[in-house]
Amino acid sequence: MNTSKTPEPAAPAGQNAAPRPAGEALLEVDGLGKHFPVTAGLLRRQVAAVKAVDGVSFSVRKGETLGLVGESGCGKSTTGRMIMRLLDPSFGRVTFEGTDITKLSQAKLRPHRRDLQMIFQDPYSSLNPRKTVGALVGAPFKLQSIQTEHGVKKAVQELLELVGLNPEHYNRYPHEFSGGQRQRIGIARTLALRPKLIIADEPVSALDVSVQAQVVNLLEDLQDELDLTYVVIAHDLSVVRHISDRVAVMYLGKIVEIADRNDLYERPMHPYTNALLSAVPIPDPAERAGRERIRLQGDVPSPMDPPPACRFHTRCWKAQDICKQVEPPLVELSPGHQAACHFPENAAAPATGLVADATAKPDD
Amino acid sequence: MGDKRVARGRRPELVDDAPGGAASAPPSSFVEVRDLRIHFPTDDGIVKSVDGLSFALERGRTLGIVGESGSGKSVTSLGILGLHNRRNARVSGEIWVGGTDIVGADPETVRKLRGRTMSMIFQDPLSSMHPFYTVGKQIVEAYRVHNDVSKQVARKHAIDMLGRVGIPNPAKRVDDYPHQFSGGMRQRAMIAMALSCDPELLIADEPTTALDVTVQAQILDLLRDLQQEFNSAIIMITHDLGVVAELSDDILVMYGGRAVEYASVDDAFHRPLHPYTWGLLGSMPRLDRERTARLNPIKGSPPSLINVPQGCAFNPRCAFRDLNDGRSETERPELVELEPGHQAACHLPLDKRRELWESEIRPKL
Repeated sequence: MNTSKTPEPAAPAGQNAAPRPAGEALLEVDGLGKHFPVTAGLLRRQVAAVKAVDGVSFSVRKGETLGLVGESGCGKSTTGRMIMRLLDPSFGRVTFEGTDITKLSQAKLRPHRRDLQMIFQDPYSSLNPRKTVGALVGAPFKLQSIQTEHGVKKAVQELLELVGLNPEHYNRYPHEFSGGQRQRIGIARTLALRPKLIIADEPVSALDVSVQAQVVNLLEDLQDELDLTYVVIAHDLSVVRHISDRVAVMYLGKIVEIADRNDLYERPMHPYTNALLSAVPIPDPAERAGRERIRLQGDVPSPMDPPPACRFHTRCWKAQDICKQVEPPLVELSPGHQAACHFPENAAAPATGLVADATAKPDD
Repeated sequence: MGDKRVARGRRPELVDDAPGGAASAPPSSFVEVRDLRIHFPTDDGIVKSVDGLSFALERGRTLGIVGESGSGKSVTSLGILGLHNRRNARVSGEIWVGGTDIVGADPETVRKLRGRTMSMIFQDPLSSMHPFYTVGKQIVEAYRVHNDVSKQVARKHAIDMLGRVGIPNPAKRVDDYPHQFSGGMRQRAMIAMALSCDPELLIADEPTTALDVTVQAQILDLLRDLQQEFNSAIIMITHDLGVVAELSDDILVMYGGRAVEYASVDDAFHRPLHPYTWGLLGSMPRLDRERTARLNPIKGSPPSLINVPQGCAFNPRCAFRDLNDGRSETERPELVELEPGHQAACHLPLDKRRELWESEIRPKL
């Protein structure tokens, strides 16, 4: 396998590096992890850790959209926040445009903040209700002390127009807008500094279906127009399929499968991905009877004490003894399609051999 | 007291377009809602959350009520349970559940029906269970209100119910507090509580919206199984057309406090006759189809319920508003039966609608 990288000492074993994609990588995440300490007693001694993210690696090419999906608690939002440095990683590395930003001080990080922006889920709590739209969208210019050509007001009005809002609403307050419009305000603010990479954490899940489609289309238009790169974090598999070029599926703090969009949705390899896809209700009553369903039993185990080896083995119908003993590495089973499973589905017979090889010598 | 109960929220200008008028024939279906209006007077004006809604439901069948936020679906469900405070809500019309008109009945009668004949599953199980009492105690309480049994018997029943909804080790988990349950298990416990008195009508208000897809699938399976077992009527309120397609027999699409389309699930998905339903179907990305390059959103946003547009409430957002000779701007379309069991409220000629669906809408889905 293409493991030209030096093994990451801090990351748990068994995580192969992501393959280098053909295009220029804008963002590289390498063995990234976050353990939140759980303390107890008077002295707040650490007694355990919530392993929210436990060694994820992927890269994002310039101009592409990477979708990060998984159920609540799988660590997808934590990953997004670590990339933004809103959370400091416990281990691993985030490289943006060739610069390692993991350990940069806040002062050194500030210039990079322009290039990295975030869209938040809830358009109600992410906008300060006491500030006008003008002040909200214009704030990034002030914070970064950027001189705009025709003044901040003009720049803000251009941004409002760009996201499909009336520029005359400059002096209005967030409560005067509907949910979809608020999300547009959030997007306008995100775009103010012409970022290169946008992390969108559940950008449409708080919106109604009809409005959701408007915002999805807007995000796509802006990507074409401004040459943006997105990491979209979402739990809705159909939305992710619509906007992503590549998709990574997370389960309990790890990436279990990462592939091109069509590959992942048409030939999912990891059993968990299969289960997720088959759980999505299909809006067609004719499909009700004929569909083959996989029903997972029980709940996601606690990230404080994740199952050993393959984390999915407690709920997997294909699990065998090896799944409880040896953690399957993330292996490229077909071009551009990686999965971490001892018994992948939709994979050619030699693929299973690849997994066994990689398992035998994980530090190769 | 008697006069206040049936507070007439109907305003003079609305009387004209109320179909049927004061007919009060006994219902032929198990649940029958006739011309329901639920209005809330506020400082800014009257919020017409539900404005002339009628539907019927038999036991053993499921009705899906679909709509966006503010379309009046949750207000309707609370109305059926008689949960609106009559001091700030004006409820009129008729809601027949098993032979009793909830709107006209006195609070004591409604209270006896609630929990026993009809019960409800709420969206967020964490905020609808009391954090201070064990799950078992809350189910026992609900059961003992309606059944004259000892605590021991009720507790046994609670354990039995928890087992039925798929909670592992119910004899032990019955003494857990809600926070010790995961989201999916809390929703199961909620369902156990709602079903503890074997209700004939179960209202599920966004029962799976707060849950992950895999857990959602479990809960939908559970509802389906329990319905077969108890033969209950289910009203499923959701914004997710996928959930509706999985579970419902009939669909009521609501917009701006009124029904715009009311049909069997098959008709609603395969031969919808209202532009709003088309819009909903076109806005969703679908996993069961080829990926489309672009979604087809409905332009604009849902109307304010204080100032519902004159005429057809959907008119300002309708993609085909130019095709109806301006009638939709002035005249509110009634819900009429266009085919057996298929009603829609739209001024566009039926043939034109069928043609548009076949030629313009369906190919793009």
